[in-house]
Amino acid sequence: MIEVKDLYFTYPAGVEALRGITLTIDDGEFLAIMGQNGAGKTTLVKQFNGLLKPTKGEVVVDGVSTREMSVAQLARKVGFVFQNPDHQLFCETVEEEIAFALRNFGFEENAIKKRVDWALNLLDVMQYRKTSPFMLSGGERKRVALASVLAWDPHVVILDEPTIGQDHQQKEKLRQFIVQLNAQKKTVVVVTHDVEFVAECNPRVVLMSGGKIVAEGLAEEILTNPKLVAQASIVPPQITQIFLGLPDFGLPTNVIDVHEARRILLDLLEGSS
Amino acid sequence: MAVIETRDLTYNYPGAKKPSIKDVSITIESGEFVILTGPSGCGKTTLCRCFNGLIPHFYGGKLEGEVVVAGCKVADHSIYELARHVGLVFQNPENQLFALSVEKDVAFGLENLAVPRDDMKKRVDWALQMTGIEELSERPPHELSGGQQQRVAIACVLAMQPEIMILDEPTSFLDPVGAQKIFEVINELNRKLGITIILVEHRLDLASKYANHVIVMDEGTVVLDGEPRGVFNSEKARLTGVGVPKATRLYQILGENGIRLGRVPVTSEEAASLLREVLKRD
Repeated sequence: MIEVKDLYFTYPAGVEALRGITLTIDDGEFLAIMGQNGAGKTTLVKQFNGLLKPTKGEVVVDGVSTREMSVAQLARKVGFVFQNPDHQLFCETVEEEIAFALRNFGFEENAIKKRVDWALNLLDVMQYRKTSPFMLSGGERKRVALASVLAWDPHVVILDEPTIGQDHQQKEKLRQFIVQLNAQKKTVVVVTHDVEFVAECNPRVVLMSGGKIVAEGLAEEILTNPKLVAQASIVPPQITQIFLGLPDFGLPTNVIDVHEARRILLDLLEGSS
Repeated sequence: MAVIETRDLTYNYPGAKKPSIKDVSITIESGEFVILTGPSGCGKTTLCRCFNGLIPHFYGGKLEGEVVVAGCKVADHSIYELARHVGLVFQNPENQLFALSVEKDVAFGLENLAVPRDDMKKRVDWALQMTGIEELSERPPHELSGGQQQRVAIACVLAMQPEIMILDEPTSFLDPVGAQKIFEVINELNRKLGITIILVEHRLDLASKYANHVIVMDEGTVVLDGEPRGVFNSEKARLTGVGVPKATRLYQILGENGIRLGRVPVTSEEAASLLREVLKRD
């Protein structure tokens, strides 16, 4: 669905933010991009919907180079939810906010109404439909921003730090929702620092540092490698840390899930008694 | 000694039909490190705004009950008076930063308090150093990354050296190592300078180990209020959807399977050492 070929990008001020990125993202995939602040994660995903265009190399979305498409054309396929919802929200009510892009894309009023209702319900913001987005809490604004993008049903959804300000229940909902999107062959790309969220989802992880990809693999492989994640200013999930803290008991070191941890510990205790 | 005390505090934003916080009665002692958590929209940020007078002086609306901060009744003191006692780091750093250089932004609060120039320079440098952004001092804050901006916002408040610091998800844009560094900085301010810390946070895995008091809110009311181990291990915390640390969760799940650890862990180190005892015994 998205193919990145030896991509370089330099900001006008001269900062080289991406230095030779090659990456393929498949249809229906769930990919998490992780790495330290300033590693180039947001710069990379902004290439996917054409907000930024390559300085060198190429980004191909659904068979067409992003150089040959406008942001408006790409937006229909690639929905982008910003890190900071205040960069995205501007309408007077939550409802209008969600309808805005749908109108721009020329949906019929009837369809707009249905989709707005669907998105309001999905993101748990129905009770605020007539409220100004700016009266809402940070976490709620974040969900409105997400609703406004999901409403037009793009093929690829890019979520920049979607778990900020979200409590545990909302994160769990988000996880289930991503699973649903994937089941519909939609591609989800998440930029995140939330190690525990990634540990609960176990997606493919791309680890970035200094504008380059330093590692790729399943979360359980990447996040459990303390040396590797340290390079990207990440700490392993708490469950992994617990097992790493018990080196003399022959425990596996690639455990990220609390239930798997329980199973292993129970086996060990029962086996020895 | 209590530095913050609220009694039956209830607040409606202007035009709001429902109160955003309702009958909140809490006591925060001087020198405590408090984590304030709860589902998004539960009233955490609103409560914090009552502590520095933004509510009611800036937002208006209807405030009932009482809130006393550092001996001042908030309703009777202006925001700038309260600012000497309480520093608030906003959830969104962009709402706080406005100067053309990081250094100027950090100096702004001190200028308002008429701090002498030499002293001001020292405190600005110290705050920049504590937050690890000395090299950004000449940069315009609006050109920095989200994580860098968060550090600047913290430095601004730090420089004021308030008795009470309220931080509303101060590390949400930071990578985990960056977040840990900030929590370490906050912890040091708490331990060494005795600053009372109120941290609004969802990422309890990283922050819990520093806290000695946890308050959980839900739908505008306080539902749990106590020391971290008790709060995290309570059934109510789970039902309220609090993302308890995975170490605590593992303790609970093992307990359900008949394996009792010596006490409730909140960090991975604690969980590992408690598990070590159990594993050795067998």
